[in-house]
Amino acid sequence: MTGSDGTDWPQVRNVGIDGLLVSFADRLSEPANRAALAFRGALDRNGPEGIEETSTSLVSTYLRFDPVAHDRAALRKSLVAMLSSENWFDAPLPEGRRLWRIPTVYGTDAAPQLEEAAAVAGLSPDEAVAMISATRVRVQTIGFAPGQPYLGELPPEWDIPRQIALTEKVPVGALTVAIRQLVLFSVATPTGWRHIGQTAFRAFRPEGDTPFVLRPGDEVLFTPTSPETLEAMSGGGPDGGATSEALG
Amino acid sequence: MSRALVVRRAGPSVTVQDMGRPGYLGFGVSRGGAVDRLALAEGAALLGQPATNAALEMAGMGGEFEATEPIRIALTGAPMRATLDGSPIAWSASHILSPGSRLSIGAVEHGSYGYLHAGGGIATPVLLGARSAHLAAGLGGVIREGDRLPVGADPEPGRTGYRLDPEPRFDGGEIRVVPSLQTEFFAASERERFEATVFHRDNRGNRMGVRLIPDGEGFHSDAGLSVLSEVIVAGDIQVTGDGTPFVLLAECQTTGGYPRIGSVLPEDLPRVAQAQAGAVLRFRFVTIEEGVEAERRGRAGRAALRAGARPLIRAPETIADLLSYQLVSGVTAGDDLDRIDT
Repeated sequence: MTGSDGTDWPQVRNVGIDGLLVSFADRLSEPANRAALAFRGALDRNGPEGIEETSTSLVSTYLRFDPVAHDRAALRKSLVAMLSSENWFDAPLPEGRRLWRIPTVYGTDAAPQLEEAAAVAGLSPDEAVAMISATRVRVQTIGFAPGQPYLGELPPEWDIPRQIALTEKVPVGALTVAIRQLVLFSVATPTGWRHIGQTAFRAFRPEGDTPFVLRPGDEVLFTPTSPETLEAMSGGGPDGGATSEALG
Repeated sequence: MSRALVVRRAGPSVTVQDMGRPGYLGFGVSRGGAVDRLALAEGAALLGQPATNAALEMAGMGGEFEATEPIRIALTGAPMRATLDGSPIAWSASHILSPGSRLSIGAVEHGSYGYLHAGGGIATPVLLGARSAHLAAGLGGVIREGDRLPVGADPEPGRTGYRLDPEPRFDGGEIRVVPSLQTEFFAASERERFEATVFHRDNRGNRMGVRLIPDGEGFHSDAGLSVLSEVIVAGDIQVTGDGTPFVLLAECQTTGGYPRIGSVLPEDLPRVAQAQAGAVLRFRFVTIEEGVEAERRGRAGRAALRAGARPLIRAPETIADLLSYQLVSGVTAGDDLDRIDT
C-alpha cells in the first residue's frame, strides 16, 4: 500500500539491537491497526525461528529476538516474505470483542483540563463532552502501562497535539485526549495528554483472575455521569460501574 | 524459624529485583527488573548461583538486615558504606551473615544503585512470572522496616569470602547508542550536536528513566508533538517537548509518543543507570553490528565473572581481634594473612 506521501507500507525498521518493527502506516487508520494485530497473531502462531516476544502498537507489530544467536538480516527477510504473502490490511478484527460502557465524570476538579482541551479543539466544553461521549471508540492497542488502552478514532476536531510540558500526575482511571485518541490510564503517572474525564474503571487488576481487562478490538462508550454517582460506583469494585456485552 | 532476611531499617527505595518479566509487552507491562543487570551477574558469580535469582536493589541508601539462620550475602553495584556488627566490610564481595549479627548498609559512596544478594536468592512470591517489584505498574512495592524476606535454599552454603573487581560504571562517561526507528526525525545537524554535547545526569531519575541536562539548548525533532505513539524499549533516549532527553530504563513505559533520538546499547545501560546525579555523560552513535558485537563480548564477560572471583584478603587493621591470631610462629610462607579468610 502506498501512502499519501508516496512511501510504501508496510516498512520494517530496527528497534535497538534486538528488535524489529513492522509498521503498516505512519498515521492511525483502521486497516493499518487491523493489519498490525493480525500480523502479530501470525508471528505468534507461525513466525520465523528466534522470536522471543511480540507486541503491537497502534499501527505496528514489534518483535524481539536474540541478536547474538540469530541473524537480523535473515529474520528481516523472513518477515518481508510473510508480509508479501497476503494483504494484511484486509485482515479481520480479533475475535471475542466486547462493547464497554464506562461511566465518566467530564471536567470538574476531577478532570481539570476539559476546558483547555476543548478550546484547543475549537469547541465549547459542552460540545466537547457531547462529541466524545457519543463516539464509540475502539481499543487499538494496549500499551504505555499495564492493560492501558489507546482508543480511537475521535472526529477530526480532536487532532490536537500533546502538551509541551508533562502533567506531573494523572490518577488511575483518568481519561485523556490527544491526536484523535483517548487514553484511559491504568496507573497514576506523568503524561503529556490532557486530562478531560475521570472514571472509576481499573484497566489493570494484578491480583485478579483477569489482570488485563480490555483487549485490542474492544469498543468503549464513555458515558457521562455526575461526580456523586461515580463516587458511589467507585466503592462497587474495579469496574467502577462499567458494563460490557459481547460484540457479534 | 524459616530462612529469611529480616529488615530492621530500609532506605526509601529498596525493592526486590530480578531479570524482570519478558513476555508482557503486549499487555503494556515493560520488562522491568534490575536497572543494573551486570550487578545481578556479579552477585551470582560471587555466590555461585544463577543470575536469575532475585536480590535487593537499593537506590541511594541501603538498610539494616538480620538473618534467621546463617545466610551468605554478596554486595554489588554502586559501593555503599557497609558494616557487619559495626566493622566495615568489603563491597563487591561475599560474606556470611549469622543470626544475631546486624548488616548495616548506608549511603551510596559512588553511583546510584547498590545490590544485596542472598545465597539461594530472595524468594518473595512470583507475580506475573517474576519477583521484581514494578512500581510504575503497581506490582510489588518498596521494602519497609519489619519486612521478612524469605530466602531460598543455598546451593553452596560453604562458599563465601570472595571478591571481584567490578567493571567501572559509576562515573558516567561515553555511552554507545544505535540509531533506532525514530532517529531520522532529528535532522543530521541535531544528531551531530547530540554527539558533541556534554550532559549532566539530573538529580531527577528513577527506575523508569534518567533525565539528562545538556550544556546548551535542548534538541528539536521534525516530528513535533503529534507523532503516533510507538513501541519503546529500555535504552531508548526520548526527547520531550521542551527538548530534554531522558534515557529510559528497565521500568519504562511500553509505548510513547515523544520521539527517540537513539537507543543506548544494553551493554552500556548500567553505566547510565548508575551515573550519580551530576555525573557527565556523552553519547556516540555506533552501528547495529558494533552493538551486537558489544553484546556478544558483554555476555562472554558475564560468563567469565565467576572464574574471576578471588578470595577476599582482609587488611590487618580491619581485624577486630587481630591479637588473637598467631602471626609469627616460626617460618611462614608470608601470606598467612591472605589465607585467614579463604
